[in-house]
Amino acid sequence: MSSNAPVIQLKNVSKTFGEVRSLSEVNLEIYPGEIVGLLGDNGAGKSTLVKTIMGFHKPDEGGEIWFKGEKITDWSVAKARDLGIETIYQERALCELQPIWRNMFMGREIKNKIGRLDVKKMKSEATRLMSEHMGFTSTAVHPDNAVLTMSGGEKQGVAITRALYFDAELVILDEPTVGLSLSETKKTLDFVQNIKKSGRSAIFIDHNIFHIYPAVDRMIVLDRGKVAGNYKKSEITMDELIESMYRVARTGSIKE
Amino acid sequence: MSEKTESKAKNNAARPPSFWRRFGMQFGIWGVGIAMWLVFVVTASEAFTSKDIYLAFASSTPLFALMAIPLTLIVITGEIDLSFPSVMALATATFAKIYSGTGNIWLGFLGALIVGTLAGYFNGWLVTYFAIPSLVITIGTGFLFRGIELAWMNGTGVGLTDKELSGVANLLVGRSFFGIANQFWWAVVATIILWFVLNRTQFGAHVFLTGDNKTSAQLMGVNVSRVKRRTFAIMGFFAAFAGLVASFEVSYFWPTLGEGLLMNSIASVFLGGTSVFGGIGTVTGTFVGSFIIGAINAGIVASGINAFYTQVFFGLVIILSVIMQAVISKRIKR
Ligand SMILES: Nc1ncnc2c1ncn2[C@@H]1O[C@H](COP(=O)(O)OP(=O)(O)OP(=O)(O)O)[C@@H](O)[C@H]1O
Ligand SMILES: [Mg+2]
Repeated sequence: MSSNAPVIQLKNVSKTFGEVRSLSEVNLEIYPGEIVGLLGDNGAGKSTLVKTIMGFHKPDEGGEIWFKGEKITDWSVAKARDLGIETIYQERALCELQPIWRNMFMGREIKNKIGRLDVKKMKSEATRLMSEHMGFTSTAVHPDNAVLTMSGGEKQGVAITRALYFDAELVILDEPTVGLSLSETKKTLDFVQNIKKSGRSAIFIDHNIFHIYPAVDRMIVLDRGKVAGNYKKSEITMDELIESMYRVARTGSIKE
Repeated sequence: MSEKTESKAKNNAARPPSFWRRFGMQFGIWGVGIAMWLVFVVTASEAFTSKDIYLAFASSTPLFALMAIPLTLIVITGEIDLSFPSVMALATATFAKIYSGTGNIWLGFLGALIVGTLAGYFNGWLVTYFAIPSLVITIGTGFLFRGIELAWMNGTGVGLTDKELSGVANLLVGRSFFGIANQFWWAVVATIILWFVLNRTQFGAHVFLTGDNKTSAQLMGVNVSRVKRRTFAIMGFFAAFAGLVASFEVSYFWPTLGEGLLMNSIASVFLGGTSVFGGIGTVTGTFVGSFIIGAINAGIVASGINAFYTQVFFGLVIILSVIMQAVISKRIKR
């Protein structure tokens, strides 16, 4: 278990839903302190990849997931989160009838030694996080309010704050800026920078190359479930990247 | 986007959820209860102003309240159990068999609770492993458990009048404080325990999340199948306990035990404000709902209304409480 082993590594991971093959023999690794952009058309398999990394989807026979140099056999979302992987899902994964505090701590509720939930602490933490991190004024976002009653951006704020609360070693952001206002988007991009500064890793999915390119160290292009390209930022300019994205969409190949 | 900035501006002076939003459902339930009570006080004032009828509620209502309370958890997860009357009977049959075989009361008691819990767990396993709607599969297991019990008992009942049984009978269904039946206190204990489980344990939090949005809960690492299996197991445990209570109340184990309690229990849960759509519900609401249902039962008879109208009343109460839920949840969404 050397310290420069990848935080997460996929070996030969495929995912088939009935007839649809969403991922096809994907190999990738994310190193500590690295921010990786994941690019690809609609339906390329980015979200499927994220959910496979999280243990929500089980990879097809033969695919392997390695965490810090160790092969993981019984992967599950709960285990992934225990080991320090947090995700902002594209669909946000909120339970909208429930109050904010319950959503914030969904699956990782704060409890005392004998297992009694510390509801008071969860409420105060939820208020603090929503106001400190997201800048939602504390009176506006009351922890007892059902998520249902919040605006789209505020809901997303809950999902984003939740992923950042647990100091994860690897944070996965699946299109976190969609529908956010300009200032909210900037905050989200700042979060990604903070992840990097604190030496942790991230996978950042966004259709906006102007968000991705400045934020990341490396970019992986997915096309129809396959890894079609893998670039260090030093290897490619933004214009070249945009050009190759169009080419992939047109021809399915990254090279001319 | 513009909608968002707008609503933010509006929200700047914002506040916790409104009183109505938080407690509307609870007030609705209490309102229905008090209104019904007033109707009965007027139409059957003699019966409803004497304490006897309240003592009668305290002994008869817990027989289904003890199952309505755990059923609340199942309904919050978005499932339903229709087999618990049969679980009552199967578990009590276990008690009768173990007791008559070994003479050991507590072994019989324990056996009944274990069989009830396992039967409930079996329901939960079928529902989650095969992804079968609980509404359908628990009709099947209801017949199965009842059939096993009837075959085992050969269709005959057992008297529970042995002197040795008087201790346990007293504990379960004796009378204390002003003649209030002990099963009333058991229903209170069940409410307190399950309130704690639902509101102060991780399992309870997951019950709400499972019923609210199963996929979201799974994406965040909630094991929704395990949560459901456990709610069914809890249901089985309480059904077994209720079976013993109901049998000791009449000092006889009828092989048909449980028949007639299904609708009362389900009506109590919905009247108590637990959402038919899942994700929302309280055990205290169910507790109050049970007593409203109990009062309807007794009140109709005491008012001199033809008992056939009980069903009409029940039907109306269930329909109205479910409509009320739909209206309130619309209001919340707006
Ligand atoms: N649960 C599922 N069952 C069946 N097919 C699925 C499922 N999830 C995803 N797919 C299919 O897998 C493919 C990839 O979907 P995915 O959501 O991973 O794409 P994406 O790259 O995230 O796209 P987008 O940019 O639009 O978010 C799609 O064709 C989709 O229909
Ligand atoms: Mg996606």
